[in-house]
Amino acid sequence: MARNDLQGTLDLLVLKTLSQMGELHGYGIVLHIQKASDELLSVEEGSLYPALHRMEMSRWIRSEWKMTETNRKAKYYRLTAAGQKELQNAEKSFEQLVKGIRAILRYA
Amino acid sequence: MSIFRRIRNTFSRSKLRQEIDAEIQAHVEMRIADNVVAGMSPEEARRDALIRFGNRTVVRERMTAMDAATALDAFGRDLRYAARQLRRSPAFTTTALVTLILGIGANVVVFSVLNAMLLRPLDVPQPTGLYNVVHKQQGYDNQSYPDYVDFKNKNSTFSDMVAYRIEMAGLSTKEAAYKCWYYRVSGNYFDMLGVQPAQGRLFHASDEHGPNSAPYIILSHNFWRRYFDSDPRIIGTTVDINKHPFTVMGVAPPAFHGTEMFLWPDFWMPIVDNPDIEGTDFLSWRGAHNLWVLGKLKTGVTPQQATDNLNAIAHELARENPDDDGLDARLTKPGWMGDQFGAPARSFLAGIMLLAFLVLLAACANLASLFAARTADRSRELAIRLAIGSSRWNVLRQLLAEALLISVFGGTLGTILSTGLLKALTRWQPFPEFPIHVTVSPDAKVFLVALLLSIGSGVLWGLVPIRQVWATDSAQVMKSSGAGTIVFRRFTLRDLLLGVQITLCTLLVTSSFVALRGMQRSLHAPLGFQPQGVLIADTDLHMGGHFGASVTKIRKRMLEEVGHIPGVTSVGIIDETPLGTGGSSSLVYREGTTDFRPSNSAFGAKYFGISPGYLQASGTRLWSGRDFTWHDDAKAPKVAIVNEKFARSMFGNADAVGRRFMWGDKLSYEVVGVVENGKYDSLTEMPWAAMFLPLEQNPNSDNSLMVRSPLPPDEILPEVRQALAKIDPSLPFVFHTWSDALAFVQFPARIATATLGVMGLLAAMLAVTGVFGMAMYSVSKRMKEFGIRVAVGAQPVQLMRAALSRPVLLLLCGSAAGLLLGVIASQLLAQIVYQATPRDPLVLAGVVITMAVLGLVATWIPAQRALRIHPARLLREE
Repeated sequence: MARNDLQGTLDLLVLKTLSQMGELHGYGIVLHIQKASDELLSVEEGSLYPALHRMEMSRWIRSEWKMTETNRKAKYYRLTAAGQKELQNAEKSFEQLVKGIRAILRYA
Repeated sequence: MSIFRRIRNTFSRSKLRQEIDAEIQAHVEMRIADNVVAGMSPEEARRDALIRFGNRTVVRERMTAMDAATALDAFGRDLRYAARQLRRSPAFTTTALVTLILGIGANVVVFSVLNAMLLRPLDVPQPTGLYNVVHKQQGYDNQSYPDYVDFKNKNSTFSDMVAYRIEMAGLSTKEAAYKCWYYRVSGNYFDMLGVQPAQGRLFHASDEHGPNSAPYIILSHNFWRRYFDSDPRIIGTTVDINKHPFTVMGVAPPAFHGTEMFLWPDFWMPIVDNPDIEGTDFLSWRGAHNLWVLGKLKTGVTPQQATDNLNAIAHELARENPDDDGLDARLTKPGWMGDQFGAPARSFLAGIMLLAFLVLLAACANLASLFAARTADRSRELAIRLAIGSSRWNVLRQLLAEALLISVFGGTLGTILSTGLLKALTRWQPFPEFPIHVTVSPDAKVFLVALLLSIGSGVLWGLVPIRQVWATDSAQVMKSSGAGTIVFRRFTLRDLLLGVQITLCTLLVTSSFVALRGMQRSLHAPLGFQPQGVLIADTDLHMGGHFGASVTKIRKRMLEEVGHIPGVTSVGIIDETPLGTGGSSSLVYREGTTDFRPSNSAFGAKYFGISPGYLQASGTRLWSGRDFTWHDDAKAPKVAIVNEKFARSMFGNADAVGRRFMWGDKLSYEVVGVVENGKYDSLTEMPWAAMFLPLEQNPNSDNSLMVRSPLPPDEILPEVRQALAKIDPSLPFVFHTWSDALAFVQFPARIATATLGVMGLLAAMLAVTGVFGMAMYSVSKRMKEFGIRVAVGAQPVQLMRAALSRPVLLLLCGSAAGLLLGVIASQLLAQIVYQATPRDPLVLAGVVITMAVLGLVATWIPAQRALRIHPARLLREE
């Protein structure tokens, strides 16, 4: 069975965001997910950072301190090759999850 | 995140916190800024941002906790947990520690000695490519000076070659006189070795201009420090060596002690100087083989190429000079006095290293059994840990941490102890009359080996319970009461380890018994003389400035004065004490020989110069003929007393007295007496042919006065000393009993016996604990079964058979195998220890009794425990 839970979903969202946007800080990721999902999904900001930290330790992403456009110091994250691979896995298992849930809904 | 950052994070937790805070702060500030842009008031914007973010402390804690869970932290936790576990079972910990201290300590000591003797190069500034040039035949290691010069000048494979010999002389200043060991070396000696002076200067090849042209000496740093208080003003002053003036030219650096491993000389002198004015001038005599030759290979030349090169030169020399007939060359590792001591010492050391390693292996086998038993006893705890979700790898890592912790700790303690022992060994001077130091202080290599051994043994015995952990079925273990699943029927790895251990123990016990018996026998061996009750006074008459006729006069006076001391039964003089500093040997020829090439010789014989009365004083039995008299002097016909071996080899079974033979001086000698065979160089040697010549006809300034008396030596000594001082107060004498002097030839055998004894004791201790542990464990695990057996009427004998058949069987098989190996190993031992043979009923009985006692000791308590089983109580408890 595909691994899936809420945490897995957050990982998927973050990885996808980084793969689309290239380099982004935590706040930027929150904004992007909100905007891209037409305000349907809002990430609990506090739980984003432990997730980022864990993904960094798994070497899916790596970080760097940089200046923002408004001249503020922030930590920017970017996808690694391992993260790219993980993203594919996560996408696949998410699709399976969706398929499964849809099948159950139809059955009823 | 890189592993380095993780490690850094573990150590600088606060830095990680700062970074997290900064990141969160940036997030919140960006949100505030956006809120303000969206039209909120600053206060509102701030409140909204903080609420959206949630609890910052919780976020931060979650992030730092993630870092704490890294592998490094886990390892630290494992170690702390292991330390706690070990503290909780002091019996196991102590046993394991002591076992490891002994096992690893023994290895460190033996390896240090091996390292110092075999692996470390000669202690000179440029030790690479140095080889002693010796002859092919073992034991013929010396070269003559003309041969050395030809080898040095004609070869194309050595960058340089030096010659040296080691002698004794009296060095006297205005204030004091010392008996010294010194090197006579060729002029290029220091230059080839790359030695730089500590004071003054060293001599060079350019300082040599023929015989007695360079009356300089270089003091050793130690001698300079001890007797001249490190006074630099000594440079350029004159000292007397055997009453001849020599100028002190310089002082050698502190670490330099010549080119022999264990000898620390007092000074160096150019080889062209001859303080023995009267002695034969060996510099021009091709037949006088009395030098060590040391060469330094050119870079890129192999030892084989150099050997071929030297042999070609030797071949040419042999064709040109009759004295060089049969000359050949071989290279050998320097520092061992040629090959004489090197070869047996090397094989002995390698053997001991192997034994030490096997002892450690046995120790590991013991610990593995103990640890496996401990793991089995803890199977319940392990099962619970597995059941609540610990991975098998985690459990295993935990066990390994315990093993490693003990091993490294035990290894460290063992190394500290053995370093102390090695320091004592380095300070130890085994023979007061020889400047011998065995420098075996451990270096980095030794510590590295100690660490590797510790970790290696830890892993070795720590991994034994792998299978146990892997096979643990937590549900099964928790259902049954404790470890009931262990099978005792099959022979396991543990049994094999124990068997090997017993074999090893028996091997060592056998070897020590063989060595001990050999030692004991050597004390009663027929030596060809009776050392008991003989006091020896050694001197060199040249040191007192006696030459020519003066030598005979002073010898006669010595014999007369000392012979008149009450209590002295007989006195005599020999030039070199048999089994002491060793004698000389030379080729002898049959009567009528005209061509004195070595290949025309009859055989080689030891020769000694003796005074009338020596045979009686030394207790050498005269089978036929007569002793010498003072009339056998330089003007009288040449005469000799030969030993049985000589007489038989030269004249067959006929009576030798009155027959003649010839010597290298091309003169004919008449045999006037035949004496018993003896030992001359070592206790283990084959019988040598030997001849004794009158000192008058064979001048030598070495003088050992033998004083035989039934009185104890310390009673007779002051009077002898007084009498000799009256004759010539300037002569330095060294006094010792002949029995003490024999300590030198017995030294290798003593060392061998002591080492084997210690190793044997170690192995015996390990074997006892091993057998004991196994028997005890098997009894304790089968208490319930035994209880039932007793309840249904089993007899004590049956119980014993069930409880102890396995250990006893192992003991029997192991002992038999060990005894067999011991018999084989004794052949190696026979090279070192006199008449080492296991075919000796006492040795065999000793081994069997020892092993039986060990077995009894090891199984006594377990057997008692099995016999004291009280079935009712036992069953009630369960």
